[in-house]
Amino acid sequence: MTESTELIRLTALQMAEKLRAGEITSVELTQAHLDRIAAVDGGERGIHAFLHVNPDEALAVAAEVDAIRAAGGAEAEALHPLAGVPVAVKDNIVTVGQPTTAGSRMLEGWMSPYDATVVTKLRRARLPILGKTNLDEFAMGGSTEHSAFGNTRNPWDLDRIPGGSGGGSAAAMASFMAPLALGSDTGGSIRQPGAVTGTVGAKPTYGGVSRYGVIAMASSLDQIGPVARTVQDAAALQELLGGHDAKDSTSLTEPLEGLLTAARQHDVTGLRIGIVSELKGEGYQEGVLERFREAVTILRDAGAEVIEVSCPHLKYALGAYYLIMPSEASSNLAKFDGVRYGNRVVPEEGGTIEQVMGATRAAGFGEEVKRRIILGTYALSAGYYDAYYGSAQKIRTLVQRDFDEAFSKVDVLISPTSPTTAFGLGEKIDDPLAMYLNDVATIPANLAGIPGISVPGGLAEGLPVGVQFLAPARGDAVMYRAAAALEIRLEEAWGTQLWAQAPDLDDTRSTQPAGVGTADRTAGGENR
Amino acid sequence: MSAITREDVAHLARLAHIRMDEQELDKMSGELAVIMDAVAAVSEVAGDDVPPTSHPIPLTNVFREDEPGEMLSQEQALAMAPEAEDGQFRVPAILEGE
Repeated sequence: MTESTELIRLTALQMAEKLRAGEITSVELTQAHLDRIAAVDGGERGIHAFLHVNPDEALAVAAEVDAIRAAGGAEAEALHPLAGVPVAVKDNIVTVGQPTTAGSRMLEGWMSPYDATVVTKLRRARLPILGKTNLDEFAMGGSTEHSAFGNTRNPWDLDRIPGGSGGGSAAAMASFMAPLALGSDTGGSIRQPGAVTGTVGAKPTYGGVSRYGVIAMASSLDQIGPVARTVQDAAALQELLGGHDAKDSTSLTEPLEGLLTAARQHDVTGLRIGIVSELKGEGYQEGVLERFREAVTILRDAGAEVIEVSCPHLKYALGAYYLIMPSEASSNLAKFDGVRYGNRVVPEEGGTIEQVMGATRAAGFGEEVKRRIILGTYALSAGYYDAYYGSAQKIRTLVQRDFDEAFSKVDVLISPTSPTTAFGLGEKIDDPLAMYLNDVATIPANLAGIPGISVPGGLAEGLPVGVQFLAPARGDAVMYRAAAALEIRLEEAWGTQLWAQAPDLDDTRSTQPAGVGTADRTAGGENR
Repeated sequence: MSAITREDVAHLARLAHIRMDEQELDKMSGELAVIMDAVAAVSEVAGDDVPPTSHPIPLTNVFREDEPGEMLSQEQALAMAPEAEDGQFRVPAILEGE
């Protein structure tokens, strides 16, 4: 292993430590990741985690950090602990200077005139932004196959899905193309990709991280959160991203604090953990359940008090979600009308604005997006509103009450993150309902607004399994504490981290025709 | 509740301003029927006594000081428009004919 391949396999906090100690420079570290992206992301059998790579800006920011550190003094002292550690950004989060497509033809080549608040925070803390990661179109999907710019491959098995919608960010973690990334989680889009790639993803409490600048799907469910390889890295990134933002009226006024401290605590003595009766059993692969049961045993042996709790209304959560989410999405996506931004398609015969909109949206949106817009329009339409959207909102109340009741008995809840390991590319693409069932264990947290995290739980038939922890609203710290406690004990048992066992990837540069590289297949296109 | 029909989908596609061809309408109505079947139970669970939740963490009276902040320039706002003219978005004809 060369020095730079060892470098990219460190955790983000280890990288930060080496930067502070002056053992490495941010330019070296950033270049090592750019080299890795060039080596494994492109080509026919490449991972394809990135839709756009941002080398010049990333290296410039890295050089700034290095210069500040070299100069020393107050400015160097004031650097954020993660300064100089590179990061990737999911492509539904807007960035100045890089295209933002949301994985959609509608926004192909679109350049945002402003930065998302989380991106502003990354810039202030001087984390070099490596590029924008692939996703299901407008974050709608569980496999990243709904991206208009091609699917992402799972580094554990190139013929399997990396999860979704944030498959790009998670695959970038598992293939060491980035140590940290941003994700968005509306029904599991951070956690499920984490589970099936053997990495970590956390959905903060709703409002814990500003959503200003994320292209909205379902506003009462969407939440930006950290994607990482370790629980501590995720906690450190959430601390950087979190806090009140006047530009997001749903953002919590009080910051969620002590996350990294909690993730550094491994003691679970007396911690009360509840197994959710409804989130295991039918529909869950046996291998997933085996790893889950082992995780529970480990926590019990470590001194946690484990009981089983029932949340009887969770069985209706999936149905409620697939009414609320499309309803809100149909409204949010109405803005893509080919007038103010995005690509306009004029019918051959020309036409009025209405006909232009119809043609623009027909050409710009993919199948899954159209399906959800139609579904949402239906659920909101006169005569059906009460039966569908209204009923779903009542179920939301019942799900929240179930969680309130559960959290009166336990500190955190535990379940498998996803009912299955990564399935094959193309396996569920023609069966929307089967695809929706991926989210059965992750959706309830979005409905209730509570935080959730997925941590690696081991392998089933060679593929990663995720274990999910849920905590009460604003209880992100205890969630990180429980997740870190499991993580460290599993790592002790394995002798290494799960992601360190991921198969080596071939350098795909040798297998592709000359001149076809990552930079050439950017979805961004030219800045118009 | 009635099942979702092909005519329903055609109507909804018009409401949502998405042009769909015959083939798409066939495919979409079949898929939506399956999905609606799966979620239909939702309407039978909660009674009138259960209040709806529209927002997971209720916040009320979210205000800020009424002071002008940073905003996009006209140029920035129009930079990515499909068509702009004289500092304005240019839209296709609203009405049919001349």
